[in-house]
Amino acid sequence: MKNQGNILFSGVGGQGILLASEITAYSLLAAGFDAKKSEVHGMAQRGGSVTAQLRYGSKVYSPLIEPGKADILVAFEMMEAARYLPYLHRGSQVIVNTQKILPPAVATGQAVYPENVLDLLKEREISVVKVDALELAREVGEVRTVNVVMVGAMSAFLPIDPSVCIEVIEQRVPERFRQVNLQAFAAGQKASQ
Amino acid sequence: MKAPTTWMSGNEAIALGAYEAGVHVASGYPGTPSTEIMENLSRYEGVYTEWAPNEKVALEVAIGASFAGGRALATMKHVGVNVAADPLFTASYTGGRGGLVIISADDPEMHSSQNEQDNRNYAFAAKVPMLEPSEPAEAKEYLKIAYQLSEELDTPVFLRITTRIAHVKGIVEKGERAATPISPDIEKMPGKFVMLPANARKRRVAVEERLEKCKEIAETASFNTVEKGDTTRGFITSGVSYLYVKEAFPDAAVLKLGMCWPLPEKMIRQFSESVDELVIVEELDPFLETHIKAMGIACRGKEIIPNQGELNTAIVRRALEPGSGGEIFETPELPMRPPNMCAGCPHRGIFFNLSRMKLFVSGDIGCYTLGFLPPLSAMDSTVCMGAAVPIAHGMVKALGEGSHDKVVSVLGDSTFIHSGITGLINTVYNDSAATLIILDNRITAMTGQQHNPTSGANIKGEAANAIDLEALCRAVGVKHVYVVDPHDVPETRKVLKEAIALEEPSVVISRAPCVLLPELKEKTPVSYFTNQDNCVGCMSCIRLGCPAISWIPFAEGEAERRGYKKKQKGLSKIDEIQCNDCGQCASLCKFNAITRGEG
Repeated sequence: MKNQGNILFSGVGGQGILLASEITAYSLLAAGFDAKKSEVHGMAQRGGSVTAQLRYGSKVYSPLIEPGKADILVAFEMMEAARYLPYLHRGSQVIVNTQKILPPAVATGQAVYPENVLDLLKEREISVVKVDALELAREVGEVRTVNVVMVGAMSAFLPIDPSVCIEVIEQRVPERFRQVNLQAFAAGQKASQ
Repeated sequence: MKAPTTWMSGNEAIALGAYEAGVHVASGYPGTPSTEIMENLSRYEGVYTEWAPNEKVALEVAIGASFAGGRALATMKHVGVNVAADPLFTASYTGGRGGLVIISADDPEMHSSQNEQDNRNYAFAAKVPMLEPSEPAEAKEYLKIAYQLSEELDTPVFLRITTRIAHVKGIVEKGERAATPISPDIEKMPGKFVMLPANARKRRVAVEERLEKCKEIAETASFNTVEKGDTTRGFITSGVSYLYVKEAFPDAAVLKLGMCWPLPEKMIRQFSESVDELVIVEELDPFLETHIKAMGIACRGKEIIPNQGELNTAIVRRALEPGSGGEIFETPELPMRPPNMCAGCPHRGIFFNLSRMKLFVSGDIGCYTLGFLPPLSAMDSTVCMGAAVPIAHGMVKALGEGSHDKVVSVLGDSTFIHSGITGLINTVYNDSAATLIILDNRITAMTGQQHNPTSGANIKGEAANAIDLEALCRAVGVKHVYVVDPHDVPETRKVLKEAIALEEPSVVISRAPCVLLPELKEKTPVSYFTNQDNCVGCMSCIRLGCPAISWIPFAEGEAERRGYKKKQKGLSKIDEIQCNDCGQCASLCKFNAITRGEG
C-alpha cells in the first residue's frame, strides 16, 4: 500500500469537482491517512477551468501539489486533462471523462477544440483511462452524478478498499440522492476495470 | 473512522475558533477568500453575526461590541482592510474592553482579487499585533490566542490568513465554548474611547508601550518556535510558506514565526547565530526580511524568492537548488477557458447592449466584471468597490461639457450599497450626468450568494428590512430612475439610450435575480430551443457569449445538402441542460428560430 500520494482533480466550474474531492478525501481519512485539500472559490469558479488538489500521507504539510508530482489526475473534461500536464510525471495515472465542454472561444467559432488531445499524455508515458461519465450518469438516471462516476472510476487506483468510499457516500450524501450516487459510483468502478 | 467534522477548511476552523473563544458579536463583508468564516459562524448558537454593508462598518460594529465589553470579530478580505483602515488606525489607540480581532484574508496570486497587497504591512503601520497561522488547525488555535492577547495588551489583534489557509481543508480538533472573562455592560472610559487630540496623545504613548510588551511576549510565546535541525542553512518563515519549507527542506533548522508583528528580536538574533546561512521564506513583500535586515542580521530573501504570486514547494526548493526536483512537462497550447457569466445571467443582457453602444463603461467589482471578457468586451475600467460611479463623474468633468453621454458606470446592488452610494451623491451634488446602471440581482453573487441590505434577508436567511433602491436614488436627488428587465435585450437598449441622452443624473436599475439563487435552481426545467429549420446562422445569439449556446459550423457543401442557403456557415444550438430560461437569445432572434418549451 502506497503511503502517500497526490491527486489532482480538474474540470470546468460547476461540474461537481468539490464533492468528488471531498468523497475521496473522507475515504482516505477514514483509512487513517492525514489529508489536505486545496481549492479556489470566487471568480475562479464561474465556468472557468478549475482544480482541487488533494494530498495524503502519514503527515501532510503543503496543501499544494508540486508540478511534476501528481500521481493521479481525475479530469472531468477532455481538454482539462491536457491543461494540467505540467503537474504530471511519467507513470502518472489519468482518469478522464470523455465529455467535451466547449470553452467560449470554441463555442463562438473563434477557435477549434483540439483533436487527439489525450495523445499529449500517452506520448509521455502517462497511463490514461477513458470514461464516458456523462453517458454513465445518464444511465443511472441523474446527469449530475458525473462527479461520483469519476470517483468510482478512480477508486481502483486508491490505496484503500472501495468499500470505504461506499461507506463515505452512504454517510455524507443526503438520503434522496444516496441511491443514485451509489449506482453512479458502481458504474464508474465498472468502467475503469 | 476519524470524526469527519474535524476535517475542515481554515475558514470553518476560524468560525469554530470564534465560537469556542466565546465571541459575542461578529460582523463582516463578503470577500473571497474570507466569506465562509461568517457564513459558518452564523450557524453557531450564541454568537451574533451579521453582514455589514462594507468593511468599515463591520470593523466599527466590532469596535462597538468591544467597547461594551464583548468579544468582537470583524472579517474581510485583504482589500477590505483598505476600506476599514480609518477605524483600524484609531482603534489601535483606543484599544477596547472585550477582545477585538480582525481577520485579514489575503489573496496572493489574485485568484479572485484586483490586487495582491500584503496586509502584514498594516500590522506595522497601524501598530497592531498580527498572528499568522499556516494551516486550519493553527488558524483556530491562533484565533483563541488573539483574544487573550487583545485583552491582555488592550489592542486590536490581526489574524492574517491567505487563500491556501482559508480554502484548505485539514484535520482540526474540536473544543468547548469558553466562558469569556468579562460580560458586556456599559462602562464609560472617555480618556480611552474619545480620541480628541489631548486624549490621543496619551494613548499614542500607550501604543508604543504595548508594542514593547508584545515583543517581550513574542520572545517566549508558544506560537514562535525553533525547530532544531541541520544548521548549515536555517530558515525563518511564517504562514503557509512554512509548509513549503518543511516539504522542500525537511531536515533544516527552522524558526517559525506564528506572529509576524511585532518580531521577537532576541529569538531571531539567537537563531541567526546558530545557523551558517539564514534564508527568509515569505510570500509577497520582503516584510520579515526588511525588519530582520534592519536588526543588522545578514540573510537572503527576495533575491531568490519571488515577491509576486503564491509560493509552493517547488519554487522554494528551486530557489536554493536550481534545477532540482526532476522533469516538468510544458503546458500545452490549448484554447483558454476563462471564467464566464453563467447561462441565464441577467448581467449578460446589459453588457451585450453596452458592447454595441460605443461608450466608456466604468465598471466595478463583482461577477459583472466578467463583462470585460470577449465576446462582450464591455468594461473599460475596474479599480475597487464603488469606484465605478466617481470614475465616470471624474471622466465627464475632465472631458468637459457635452460628454455626459460618452461614459456610463455599472455596479451591482451590494457594491452600490457598499460604497457606490457616496459616489452617486457626489454625481448629484457636483452635477454631472453620466448614467449609473445598478445591476440588481438581489444578492451578493460572486462570493457565493450572500444577502445584503437590498435583498430582504439577513445572514441567517431570516426576513430583514430591505432598502428600496429606487427610493434611495430619488432621495439623494436623482430625478430619472428607470427599472428594466435585462432579459429583454432590445427593450433595455431603448431605456439605456433614453437615460444616457438626459442632461441630468440618471439611474437605470437592471432588475432580475441571479440564476444561482437556490429558489430559481429548483424551478421546473423550462428551456429555449433552436428551431433549426428557421436558423439562418446570423450569430446574433452566439454573440451573447452564453455558455449554453454553441456554434455548429457546417462542413463543405453541408448547407446546401441540408436545404439551407448556400452561404450559411453553420447553426446555433442551445444546450437544454445548461439553459436557465432567461430568453435573452430569443429576444434578439429576428427569425423565430428560438422558442421556449418544457425540457
